[in-house]
Amino acid sequence: MLAFSIRRMIEAWVVMLIVALLAFVLFRYVGNPVDQMAGQYTSLADRELMHKQLGLDDPILVQIARFLWNALHLDFGISYHFREPVSQLLMKRGPATLELSFAASLFAIAVGIPLGVFTGIYKDSLWSKFFLGVSLIGVSLPTFLIGVLLIFAFSVELHWLPSYGRGDTVALGLWQTGFLTASGLRALILPSITLGLFQLTLIARLVRSEMLEVLRTDFIRFARARGLSERAINFNHALKNTLIPVITITGLQIGSIIAFAVITETVFQWPGMGLLFITAVQSADIPVMAAYLILVSLMFVTINFIVDVLYAFVDPRIRLHAMSAT
Amino acid sequence: MLQAVPAPPLLDVKDLTVQIDTRRGPLLAIDHISFHIARGEILGIVGESGAGKSLTGAAIINLLTPPIRRIQGEISLQGARIDGLSIQAMRELRGKKIGMIFQDPLTSLDPLATIAQQLIETLRAHLPLSPSAARARAIGLLREVGIPAPEQRIDAYPHAFSGGMRQRVVIALALAAEPELIIADEPTTALDVSVQAQIIELLKALCAQRGASIMLITHDMGVIAETADRVAVMYAGRIVEIGPVAQIIQSPRHPYTQGLMGAIPSLGADRTRLTQISGAMPRLTALPEGCAFAPRCTKAMALCQTQRPSLTPHEQGAAACFLLEGATV
Ligand SMILES: Nc1ncnc2c1ncn2[C@@H]1O[C@H](COP(=O)(O)OP(=O)(O)OP(=O)(O)O)[C@@H](O)[C@H]1O
Ligand SMILES: [Mg+2]
Repeated sequence: MLAFSIRRMIEAWVVMLIVALLAFVLFRYVGNPVDQMAGQYTSLADRELMHKQLGLDDPILVQIARFLWNALHLDFGISYHFREPVSQLLMKRGPATLELSFAASLFAIAVGIPLGVFTGIYKDSLWSKFFLGVSLIGVSLPTFLIGVLLIFAFSVELHWLPSYGRGDTVALGLWQTGFLTASGLRALILPSITLGLFQLTLIARLVRSEMLEVLRTDFIRFARARGLSERAINFNHALKNTLIPVITITGLQIGSIIAFAVITETVFQWPGMGLLFITAVQSADIPVMAAYLILVSLMFVTINFIVDVLYAFVDPRIRLHAMSAT
Repeated sequence: MLQAVPAPPLLDVKDLTVQIDTRRGPLLAIDHISFHIARGEILGIVGESGAGKSLTGAAIINLLTPPIRRIQGEISLQGARIDGLSIQAMRELRGKKIGMIFQDPLTSLDPLATIAQQLIETLRAHLPLSPSAARARAIGLLREVGIPAPEQRIDAYPHAFSGGMRQRVVIALALAAEPELIIADEPTTALDVSVQAQIIELLKALCAQRGASIMLITHDMGVIAETADRVAVMYAGRIVEIGPVAQIIQSPRHPYTQGLMGAIPSLGADRTRLTQISGAMPRLTALPEGCAFAPRCTKAMALCQTQRPSLTPHEQGAAACFLLEGATV
């Protein structure tokens, strides 16, 4: 198990290295950093000085090494647009995105799995058909439209929930959290539903089809023949056997929740990294884009790693293979 | 002197009829079959693929799932009707009174639960046992079915066991709550030839110890000959012949049974099937109006094309053939 984890870990680092190199290329060769930073009236001499100070004259390998070294220390340079260290910007914006993604994932999993189990077990009931019909809408409506519709219904018409922003936040050290204030929690509701809805329907449909599949297997028939209760059959045997694909897909979905937070953050003017990224794209703020690229990949890779380990944890067959493979 | 009232058989099936609902209308998969199994008896059920053997077994413990359903028939266990039991009562009966073993031990066990978990949950579903008492009992069961070092093996997952060992575990599970009847649906078909005989022997010995009866479904007349007390031959959803094994093997009366007996590889003769029955069993969608075997029968008469023979008693058994009723060509 340890060897398996270490191997996965090395793979994860290789992926991160490649992403970081891509980010470097983006940083170094898309536009000229000096042009971006220098004003219109900066003299040629000053420009040359800046060029030197930024280390752009050094051999390319040195530049790469420096970029990686800095990235490892979460130093992504200065934002062209905000004139502030990128890491500082991300520290301010990161918690907003992470909290939103967390709430959205929680919503998707906490509602999606029971919904999938229910529609799988009672596949012919009217409720199941209703949920499936509604979930089709969830899959096919674009995120921004769902967001706008929710804002229209719950903010504009009903005045129940705020339509933008994070509400009040409380500082926990460097972390600004919205989880601890009433207005922060209220502000979280609509965006996390918007962000999590697609994943919710995906998870529910996945769990449902896996349940249907598993409920047809011989070992479920044998469990029935042994006289186990329906509850034991459905939850101890059937649900557990659906978990492997569900964990995989759900894990990957959490990665894409973070990545796709961009749209939701834009609709709700949520002050997170996604919104920062959109601003960066609009102002060609390359350091911010490069940092965002690296951070989002880091999250993807980390989640993937956790999923792999969990996967092995749930399935004894993989555990065994992983052990014998080393 | 008191007249002894004959005790009811352990299992009594009367007019069991199973239907498959399809888009093109209902199909009769089991057509009014009746049989009984005495206490401690082993009844073999043979017949070719699709004859309805598995559906018969599943119908008895109400494990049929739509679109397949029982539309008629009385099933009694120890004289008490068990068809029409509530879902809850049926659940309590499964495993406790009637155990079931399926064909494929590789897929009968939950791959994500240890042997201990599966045995303990089965034991505790039926018997008032503490977890530790159930575990001790589970280890005892594994020892009985011949798993070496059961104390250590019990916490393994199914994938750590070979096919034969898994079928032993399946037998332990089926016998856990000491049922009075075991329905074994081709318990050895999926296994290596070398372990088939061992598994059948084991099953037979364990049931004999407990006084349990077995309904042994198989393709293999050889197994029936060695194991069963009586045998029922099924063809296209009906029982065409039933009776004591010796009688059926030595003097089968139904032409289909005669054909089957010809197909047993016997010692001495070279091991090819000598009198294979030509043709195939009709599909449920195209059952002939008369005897379902008539199209393949070398002794078929005009009568056979239009009417279905019913079981006619003969010696200690019965066969469904007009030849027995004295009809002549
Ligand atoms: N789920 C199903 N849907 C439709 N038809 C079915 C289904 N299950 C079984 N049947 C049909 O019912 C008939 C009897 O099937 P059954 O499984 O009882 O046969 P069997 O005698 O056990 O055969 P085998 O030796 O292959 O196991 C077959 O014609 C089969 O095609
Ligand atoms: Mg079968």
